[in-house]
Amino acid sequence: MAARTLIDMPRQVKRGEAFEIRVMIGHSMETGYRRGSDGERLPRDILTEFRCEFEGEAVFSARLYPAISANPYLSFGMMADRSGELVFSWRGDRGFAHTERVALVVV
Amino acid sequence: MSAVFARCQAVLLALVALLGSIADPARAQGADSRRSGFDFMSAATQALQRDDAQNPVMLWVADGARRWRDASAGRACAECHNTAEQSMRGVAARYPAWDDRLGEPVNLQKRINLCRERHQSQPPLRSEDDAMLALESYLAMQSRGVPLTRPDDPKLAESLERGSRLYSTRIGQLALSCAHCHDQLAGGRLGGSPIPQGHPTAYPIYRLQWQSAGSLARRLRGCFAGVRAEQPAPMSRDMIELELFLAARAAGMLHEGPGVRP
Repeated sequence: MAARTLIDMPRQVKRGEAFEIRVMIGHSMETGYRRGSDGERLPRDILTEFRCEFEGEAVFSARLYPAISANPYLSFGMMADRSGELVFSWRGDRGFAHTERVALVVV
Repeated sequence: MSAVFARCQAVLLALVALLGSIADPARAQGADSRRSGFDFMSAATQALQRDDAQNPVMLWVADGARRWRDASAGRACAECHNTAEQSMRGVAARYPAWDDRLGEPVNLQKRINLCRERHQSQPPLRSEDDAMLALESYLAMQSRGVPLTRPDDPKLAESLERGSRLYSTRIGQLALSCAHCHDQLAGGRLGGSPIPQGHPTAYPIYRLQWQSAGSLARRLRGCFAGVRAEQPAPMSRDMIELELFLAARAAGMLHEGPGVRP
Protein backbone atom coordinates (compact mmCIF):
# COMPACT_ATOMS: atom_id res chain seq x y z
CA MET A 1 0.00 0.00 0.00
CA ALA A 2 1.23 3.43 -0.83
CA ALA A 3 2.31 5.41 2.22
CA ARG A 4 0.07 8.16 3.52
CA THR A 5 1.72 11.54 3.88
CA LEU A 6 0.73 15.05 4.91
CA ILE A 7 2.79 18.00 3.70
CA ASP A 8 1.97 21.39 5.16
CA MET A 9 3.66 24.35 3.48
CA PRO A 10 2.73 27.47 1.51
CA ARG A 11 2.48 26.69 -2.23
CA GLN A 12 3.42 30.28 -3.07
CA VAL A 13 6.09 32.32 -1.26
CA LYS A 14 7.90 35.62 -1.60
CA ARG A 15 11.45 35.60 -2.95
CA GLY A 16 14.02 35.25 -0.15
CA GLU A 17 11.41 34.96 2.58
CA ALA A 18 11.80 32.15 5.12
CA PHE A 19 8.91 29.72 5.48
CA GLU A 20 8.21 26.50 7.31
CA ILE A 21 7.63 23.04 5.88
CA ARG A 22 5.97 20.37 8.02
CA VAL A 23 5.78 16.77 6.91
CA MET A 24 4.24 13.66 8.39
CA ILE A 25 4.16 10.11 7.09
CA GLY A 26 2.07 7.17 8.24
CA HIS A 27 4.48 4.50 9.43
CA SER A 28 4.42 2.08 12.36
CA MET A 29 8.11 2.58 13.30
CA GLU A 30 8.23 -0.91 14.79
CA THR A 31 11.28 -0.84 17.03
CA GLY A 32 12.36 -4.47 16.85
CA TYR A 33 12.30 -4.67 20.64
CA ARG A 34 8.63 -5.54 21.13
CA ARG A 35 7.09 -8.98 21.21
CA GLY A 36 3.79 -9.89 19.59
CA SER A 37 0.91 -11.74 21.23
CA ASP A 38 2.57 -15.02 20.20
CA GLY A 39 5.71 -14.16 22.17
CA GLU A 40 7.84 -13.83 19.06
CA ARG A 41 9.91 -10.72 18.61
CA LEU A 42 8.42 -8.35 16.02
CA PRO A 43 11.08 -7.62 13.41
CA ARG A 44 12.36 -4.07 13.20
CA ASP A 45 10.57 -2.00 10.58
CA ILE A 46 11.44 1.68 10.78
CA LEU A 47 12.14 4.60 8.52
CA THR A 48 15.85 5.31 8.47
CA GLU A 49 16.22 8.39 6.32
CA PHE A 50 14.33 11.48 5.24
CA ARG A 51 15.51 13.91 2.62
CA CYS A 52 14.07 17.08 1.10
CA GLU A 53 15.57 18.47 -2.10
CA PHE A 54 14.81 21.61 -4.05
CA GLU A 55 15.80 21.37 -7.72
CA GLY A 56 18.50 18.81 -6.88
CA GLU A 57 19.86 20.76 -3.91
CA ALA A 58 19.50 19.32 -0.40
CA VAL A 59 17.29 21.46 1.84
CA PHE A 60 17.06 19.19 4.85
CA SER A 61 17.86 15.62 5.70
CA ALA A 62 17.48 13.50 8.80
CA ARG A 63 18.33 10.03 10.03
CA LEU A 64 15.60 8.27 11.97
CA TYR A 65 16.05 5.73 14.75
CA PRO A 66 13.91 3.19 16.63
CA ALA A 67 13.11 5.60 19.48
CA ILE A 68 11.18 7.88 17.14
CA SER A 69 7.42 7.46 17.51
CA ALA A 70 5.07 6.11 14.87
CA ASN A 71 3.97 8.42 12.06
CA PRO A 72 7.10 10.63 12.24
CA TYR A 73 6.57 14.38 11.99
CA LEU A 74 9.38 16.72 10.93
CA SER A 75 9.45 20.46 10.47
CA PHE A 76 12.14 22.66 8.99
CA GLY A 77 12.55 26.03 7.32
CA MET A 78 13.81 27.13 3.95
CA MET A 79 14.11 30.11 1.60
CA ALA A 80 13.84 30.09 -2.17
CA ASP A 81 14.91 32.62 -4.80
CA ARG A 82 13.24 30.89 -7.74
CA SER A 83 10.27 28.67 -8.45
CA GLY A 84 10.83 24.96 -8.62
CA GLU A 85 9.93 21.52 -7.37
CA LEU A 86 10.45 20.16 -3.88
CA VAL A 87 11.08 16.44 -3.63
CA PHE A 88 10.44 14.72 -0.31
CA SER A 89 11.71 11.17 0.09
CA TRP A 90 11.62 8.65 2.88
CA ARG A 91 13.62 5.42 3.03
CA GLY A 92 13.39 2.62 5.51
CA ASP A 93 13.73 -1.06 6.38
CA ARG A 94 12.48 -3.77 4.05
CA GLY A 95 13.25 -1.61 1.05
CA PHE A 96 10.70 1.04 2.00
CA ALA A 97 10.87 4.05 -0.30
CA HIS A 98 8.34 6.80 -0.79
CA THR A 99 8.57 10.09 -2.67
CA GLU A 100 6.28 13.12 -2.82
CA ARG A 101 6.65 16.17 -5.04
CA VAL A 102 5.29 19.66 -4.45
CA ALA A 103 5.62 22.59 -6.84
CA LEU A 104 6.72 25.85 -5.23
CA VAL A 105 5.95 29.18 -6.84
CA VAL A 106 8.18 32.14 -5.92
CA VAL A 107 6.82 35.61 -6.58
CA MET B 1 -46.65 45.48 44.78
CA SER B 2 -44.27 45.33 41.86
CA ALA B 3 -41.55 43.94 44.18
CA VAL B 4 -43.84 41.06 45.13
CA PHE B 5 -44.60 40.48 41.49
CA ALA B 6 -40.91 40.46 40.66
CA ARG B 7 -40.26 37.94 43.41
CA CYS B 8 -43.08 35.70 42.17
CA GLN B 9 -41.63 35.93 38.74
CA ALA B 10 -38.17 34.95 40.03
CA VAL B 11 -39.60 31.94 41.89
CA LEU B 12 -41.52 30.94 38.80
CA LEU B 13 -38.40 31.19 36.66
CA ALA B 14 -36.45 29.08 39.15
CA LEU B 15 -39.22 26.50 39.08
CA VAL B 16 -39.19 26.40 35.30
CA ALA B 17 -35.42 25.97 35.37
CA LEU B 18 -35.72 23.16 37.92
CA LEU B 19 -38.39 21.36 35.93
CA GLY B 20 -36.28 21.78 32.83
CA SER B 21 -33.35 20.13 34.54
CA ILE B 22 -35.47 17.20 35.72
CA ALA B 23 -36.75 16.66 32.21
CA ASP B 24 -33.22 16.62 30.81
CA PRO B 25 -30.83 14.57 32.95
CA ALA B 26 -27.84 15.52 30.82
CA ARG B 27 -28.46 19.14 31.75
CA ALA B 28 -29.12 18.25 35.37
CA GLN B 29 -25.44 17.32 35.73
CA GLY B 30 -24.83 20.99 35.06
CA ALA B 31 -23.75 21.81 31.53
CA ASP B 32 -20.90 23.84 32.99
CA SER B 33 -19.42 21.00 35.02
CA ARG B 34 -19.06 18.72 32.00
CA ARG B 35 -15.61 18.86 30.52
CA SER B 36 -14.14 17.16 27.50
CA GLY B 37 -11.15 14.86 27.92
CA PHE B 38 -9.31 17.60 26.01
CA ASP B 39 -9.33 19.78 29.15
CA PHE B 40 -7.55 17.07 31.12
CA MET B 41 -4.63 16.80 28.68
CA SER B 42 -1.24 18.48 28.86
CA ALA B 43 -0.71 21.68 26.87
CA ALA B 44 1.58 19.79 24.47
CA THR B 45 -1.05 17.15 23.69
CA GLN B 46 -3.70 19.85 23.30
CA ALA B 47 -1.45 21.63 20.80
CA LEU B 48 -1.23 18.39 18.83
CA GLN B 49 -5.02 18.22 18.51
CA ARG B 50 -5.41 21.93 17.70
CA ASP B 51 -3.05 21.83 14.73
CA ASP B 52 -4.21 19.68 11.83
CA ALA B 53 -0.71 19.62 10.36
CA GLN B 54 0.57 17.94 13.54
CA ASN B 55 -2.41 15.76 14.45
CA PRO B 56 -1.53 12.28 13.15
CA VAL B 57 -5.21 11.35 12.84
CA MET B 58 -5.25 13.59 9.75
CA LEU B 59 -3.42 10.76 7.96
CA TRP B 60 -6.58 8.71 8.46
CA VAL B 61 -8.85 11.61 7.53
CA ALA B 62 -7.00 12.12 4.24
CA ASP B 63 -7.21 8.39 3.56
CA GLY B 64 -10.94 8.46 4.35
CA ALA B 65 -11.49 11.31 1.89
CA ARG B 66 -9.81 9.20 -0.78
CA ARG B 67 -11.88 6.12 0.10
CA TRP B 68 -15.09 8.18 0.06
CA ARG B 69 -14.60 8.72 -3.68
CA ASP B 70 -13.02 5.34 -4.41
CA ALA B 71 -15.16 3.38 -6.86
CA SER B 72 -12.59 0.66 -7.62
CA ALA B 73 -14.62 -2.01 -5.74
CA GLY B 74 -17.99 -0.98 -7.15
CA ARG B 75 -20.02 1.94 -5.93
CA ALA B 76 -18.25 4.78 -4.12
CA CYS B 77 -19.72 6.37 -0.97
CA ALA B 78 -19.83 9.65 -2.88
CA GLU B 79 -22.12 8.16 -5.51
CA CYS B 80 -25.06 8.23 -3.06
CA HIS B 81 -23.88 10.74 -0.48
CA ASN B 82 -22.15 13.23 -2.79
CA THR B 83 -19.92 15.71 -1.01
CA ALA B 84 -19.34 14.63 2.57
CA GLU B 85 -18.61 18.21 3.65
CA GLN B 86 -22.31 18.93 3.09
CA SER B 87 -24.19 15.63 3.27
CA MET B 88 -22.34 14.30 6.33
CA ARG B 89 -22.26 17.53 8.35
CA GLY B 90 -23.30 16.68 11.91
CA VAL B 91 -23.92 12.99 11.23
CA ALA B 92 -21.19 11.68 13.54
CA ALA B 93 -22.61 13.90 16.30
CA ARG B 94 -25.97 12.12 16.28
CA TYR B 95 -24.87 8.50 16.37
CA PRO B 96 -25.63 5.84 17.69
CA ALA B 97 -29.03 5.88 15.98
CA TRP B 98 -31.85 3.42 15.41
CA ASP B 99 -31.81 1.09 12.39
CA ASP B 100 -35.31 -0.03 11.43
CA ARG B 101 -34.26 -3.06 9.40
CA LEU B 102 -32.09 -4.48 12.19
CA GLY B 103 -34.47 -3.31 14.90
CA GLU B 104 -31.57 -2.17 17.08
CA PRO B 105 -29.32 0.83 17.60
CA VAL B 106 -26.23 1.09 15.41
CA ASN B 107 -23.12 3.19 15.88
CA LEU B 108 -21.32 4.98 13.06
CA GLN B 109 -19.02 2.03 12.38
CA LYS B 110 -21.93 -0.34 12.10
CA ARG B 111 -23.74 2.12 9.84
CA ILE B 112 -20.68 2.17 7.58
CA ASN B 113 -20.71 -1.64 7.50
CA LEU B 114 -24.46 -1.75 6.79
CA CYS B 115 -23.91 0.67 3.91
CA ARG B 116 -21.14 -1.55 2.59
CA GLU B 117 -23.31 -4.66 2.77
CA ARG B 118 -26.60 -3.19 1.56
CA HIS B 119 -25.44 -0.76 -1.09
CA GLN B 120 -21.87 -1.55 -2.03
CA SER B 121 -21.88 -5.37 -1.86
CA GLN B 122 -18.68 -5.32 0.13
CA PRO B 123 -17.74 -7.32 3.22
CA PRO B 124 -17.95 -5.58 6.61
CA LEU B 125 -14.79 -4.07 8.06
CA ARG B 126 -13.42 -4.83 11.49
CA SER B 127 -13.65 -2.07 14.07
CA GLU B 128 -9.91 -1.32 14.07
CA ASP B 129 -9.34 -1.86 10.36
CA ASP B 130 -7.43 1.10 8.95
CA ALA B 131 -10.06 1.50 6.23
CA MET B 132 -12.84 1.64 8.84
CA LEU B 133 -10.96 4.14 10.99
CA ALA B 134 -10.20 6.22 7.90
CA LEU B 135 -13.86 6.48 6.89
CA GLU B 136 -14.97 7.07 10.47
CA SER B 137 -12.34 9.78 10.99
CA TYR B 138 -13.36 11.45 7.76
CA LEU B 139 -17.00 11.48 8.89
CA ALA B 140 -16.05 12.70 12.38
CA MET B 141 -14.20 15.55 10.67
CA GLN B 142 -17.51 16.70 9.14
CA SER B 143 -18.98 17.07 12.65
CA ARG B 144 -16.23 19.17 14.14
CA GLY B 145 -17.82 21.95 16.19
CA VAL B 146 -21.31 20.43 16.00
CA PRO B 147 -23.01 19.80 19.37
CA LEU B 148 -23.66 16.13 20.15
CA THR B 149 -27.39 15.54 19.74
CA ARG B 150 -29.45 13.85 22.38
CA PRO B 151 -31.05 10.87 20.62
CA ASP B 152 -34.77 11.65 20.62
CA ASP B 153 -35.97 8.54 18.74
CA PRO B 154 -38.43 6.87 21.15
CA LYS B 155 -37.31 3.47 19.84
CA LEU B 156 -33.94 4.12 21.48
CA ALA B 157 -35.41 4.55 24.97
CA GLU B 158 -34.99 0.93 26.00
CA SER B 159 -31.40 0.72 24.71
CA LEU B 160 -30.57 3.99 26.40
CA GLU B 161 -31.88 2.60 29.67
CA ARG B 162 -29.82 -0.57 29.25
CA GLY B 163 -26.73 1.49 28.44
CA SER B 164 -27.32 3.62 31.49
CA ARG B 165 -27.60 0.50 33.63
CA LEU B 166 -24.37 -0.94 32.21
CA TYR B 167 -22.65 2.38 32.97
CA SER B 168 -23.58 2.22 36.63
CA THR B 169 -23.34 -1.54 37.25
CA ARG B 170 -20.34 -2.91 39.12
CA ILE B 171 -18.36 -5.17 36.80
CA GLY B 172 -15.17 -7.24 36.80
CA GLN B 173 -12.92 -8.55 39.53
CA LEU B 174 -12.39 -5.02 40.80
CA ALA B 175 -16.19 -4.60 41.07
CA LEU B 176 -16.18 -1.05 39.76
CA SER B 177 -18.73 0.62 37.52
CA CYS B 178 -17.93 3.28 34.92
CA ALA B 179 -19.66 5.77 37.22
CA HIS B 180 -17.27 5.11 40.10
CA CYS B 181 -14.34 6.61 38.21
CA HIS B 182 -15.91 8.86 35.61
CA ASP B 183 -18.65 10.43 37.75
CA GLN B 184 -17.34 10.23 41.29
CA LEU B 185 -13.57 10.45 40.79
CA ALA B 186 -13.29 12.44 37.57
CA GLY B 187 -10.63 15.10 37.91
CA GLY B 188 -8.62 12.89 40.26
CA ARG B 189 -5.78 10.63 39.25
CA LEU B 190 -5.36 6.94 38.65
CA GLY B 191 -1.66 6.35 39.10
CA GLY B 192 -0.14 9.29 37.25
CA SER B 193 -2.97 9.75 34.78
CA PRO B 194 -5.87 12.17 35.15
CA ILE B 195 -9.32 10.55 35.24
CA PRO B 196 -11.49 12.32 32.65
CA GLN B 197 -15.28 12.45 32.74
CA GLY B 198 -15.51 9.98 29.88
CA HIS B 199 -17.32 12.01 27.22
CA PRO B 200 -16.95 10.57 23.70
CA THR B 201 -16.48 13.94 22.00
CA ALA B 202 -13.42 13.28 19.85
CA TYR B 203 -13.68 9.74 18.48
CA PRO B 204 -12.08 8.13 16.63
CA ILE B 205 -8.97 9.37 18.42
CA TYR B 206 -5.26 9.22 17.78
CA ARG B 207 -4.05 7.84 21.08
CA LEU B 208 -0.38 8.41 21.83
CA GLN B 209 -0.27 5.22 23.90
CA TRP B 210 -1.55 3.22 20.91
CA GLN B 211 0.67 5.06 18.40
CA SER B 212 -2.36 4.77 16.17
CA ALA B 213 -5.92 5.86 15.58
CA GLY B 214 -8.56 3.82 17.40
CA SER B 215 -12.29 3.61 17.97
CA LEU B 216 -14.40 4.36 21.02
CA ALA B 217 -14.96 0.61 21.35
CA ARG B 218 -11.22 0.07 21.64
CA ARG B 219 -10.98 2.69 24.37
CA LEU B 220 -13.96 1.25 26.25
CA ARG B 221 -12.55 -2.26 25.99
CA GLY B 222 -9.41 -0.90 27.66
CA CYS B 223 -11.56 0.21 30.60
CA PHE B 224 -13.27 -3.21 30.76
CA ALA B 225 -9.87 -4.88 30.85
CA GLY B 226 -8.75 -2.36 33.50
CA VAL B 227 -11.43 -3.49 35.94
CA ARG B 228 -10.83 -7.10 34.83
CA ALA B 229 -14.24 -7.60 33.32
CA GLU B 230 -15.24 -9.50 30.20
CA GLN B 231 -14.91 -7.16 27.22
CA PRO B 232 -17.93 -6.71 24.96
CA ALA B 233 -17.06 -7.08 21.27
CA PRO B 234 -16.91 -3.90 19.19
CA MET B 235 -20.28 -3.19 17.52
CA SER B 236 -21.99 -5.68 19.86
CA ARG B 237 -25.33 -4.73 21.36
CA ASP B 238 -23.85 -4.08 24.83
CA MET B 239 -21.08 -1.92 23.40
CA ILE B 240 -23.41 0.16 21.24
CA GLU B 241 -25.88 0.66 24.08
CA LEU B 242 -23.08 1.90 26.31
CA GLU B 243 -21.92 4.20 23.52
CA LEU B 244 -25.51 5.41 23.16
CA PHE B 245 -25.72 6.29 26.85
CA LEU B 246 -22.36 8.09 26.71
CA ALA B 247 -23.55 10.09 23.69
CA ALA B 248 -26.73 11.09 25.53
CA ARG B 249 -24.70 11.97 28.61
CA ALA B 250 -22.51 14.25 26.51
CA ALA B 251 -25.41 15.78 24.54
CA GLY B 252 -24.83 19.45 23.84
CA MET B 253 -21.04 19.21 24.12
CA LEU B 254 -19.21 20.05 20.92
CA HIS B 255 -17.84 17.29 18.71
CA GLU B 256 -14.12 17.94 18.37
CA GLY B 257 -13.67 15.98 15.17
CA PRO B 258 -11.10 13.21 15.38
CA GLY B 259 -8.95 14.20 18.34
CA VAL B 260 -5.77 13.27 20.17
CA ARG B 261 -5.67 11.63 23.57
CA PRO B 262 -2.68 10.55 25.68
